[in-house]
Amino acid sequence: MELFFIFIGAVLVNNFVLVRFLGLCPFMGVSKQTETALGMGAATTFVMVVTAAITWLLQWFVLEPFNLPFLQTPIFILVIAAMVQLVEMFLRKTSPNLYRALGIFLPLITTNCAVLGFSLIAVQSAYSFIQSLIFGLGAGVGFTLALVLMAGIREELKFADVPKPLAGTGIAFIIAGLLSLAFSGFAGLV
Amino acid sequence: MGIVKEFVKGLWNDNPTFRLQIGLCPTLAVTSSALNGVGMGAATTFVLMCSSILISALRNVIPSKVRIPCFIVVIATFSTVVDLVMNALLPDLHRVLGIFIPLIVVNCILMGRAEAFASKRPVFDAAIDGLGMGIGFTWALTLIGTVRELLGAGSLFGYKLVSDTAATFGIFSVAPGAFITVGFLLAAMNMISTRLRKTSKEA
Repeated sequence: MELFFIFIGAVLVNNFVLVRFLGLCPFMGVSKQTETALGMGAATTFVMVVTAAITWLLQWFVLEPFNLPFLQTPIFILVIAAMVQLVEMFLRKTSPNLYRALGIFLPLITTNCAVLGFSLIAVQSAYSFIQSLIFGLGAGVGFTLALVLMAGIREELKFADVPKPLAGTGIAFIIAGLLSLAFSGFAGLV
Repeated sequence: MGIVKEFVKGLWNDNPTFRLQIGLCPTLAVTSSALNGVGMGAATTFVLMCSSILISALRNVIPSKVRIPCFIVVIATFSTVVDLVMNALLPDLHRVLGIFIPLIVVNCILMGRAEAFASKRPVFDAAIDGLGMGIGFTWALTLIGTVRELLGAGSLFGYKLVSDTAATFGIFSVAPGAFITVGFLLAAMNMISTRLRKTSKEA
């Protein structure tokens, strides 16, 4: 039951993009088409779950016992970079179609602050191994949900008559604000 | 003249927040007050300048194939420095900014400047570029923080401007207000830029 709350908390209540403000660059950059948004979300979710496992092991079996918590940021970011590279190589061999579909989005996951941000939050909240995994999954699903919702709206936006100075990113931010307002309705759910 | 140009471009034409729209996460997350905006901007400027200088100094040593991991390690080092120093000297600000200080590592502004500028130019140019971009980022954050603090809490840099009982737009202190503020500020910047271009064409 507790795991379920962690999951729902990460997806809806504290949605990584709309409430915690993590991963905004891909949220604004890759949310123009629903399909690419879905692909980006899936790849990010995968990297997040794998990173969750590895950073948890590193934090509690390497950094803490050897008293090295100040190395946390450099170590975590290197793990994430290595993971992304690994996922890229793995996908290229096993599923060339998915690899082609994701294209340049894969390397970009390294600098997605949602991935590093969630590893730091998981350590701060002292989650257990299983809890970290679920938290990573929730974070990824929440990111995907926000991205796909935004992409759906932006596809319709092409036909809207937006005031000229607001066109493009300006209106996208205001829409994100309204989405965020809707998500704040989930507060208190968990 | 070249130096002045490198410095000024970060302030307006290539402003990271309003023009390039990079480094958005801290821009929205920590700007619930003007002071937080200044603090985050200063921290980022420090990391940006230091990493630009170091990467530029090492540009002939770093093999181009592994340059990205090298940049990341340099940037991660300086953001850890800021994290620890801030925790020791400004614990209150450190608590408010929270994980967004270590997250300077994945701020696209740093990686962007390292890749596009610092790795190709001499040390002094890189330092000026870093400083200009950092100040451009700082004023953008401070502006967003000022607007949000004025509307959301009725205060400015912590000083109450309205009576305690006066109604304020609380929404601007929380997440949705951040998005909406940035949206309208972007529109304002676009209008000013169009106006400027028109007048310079006529003149």
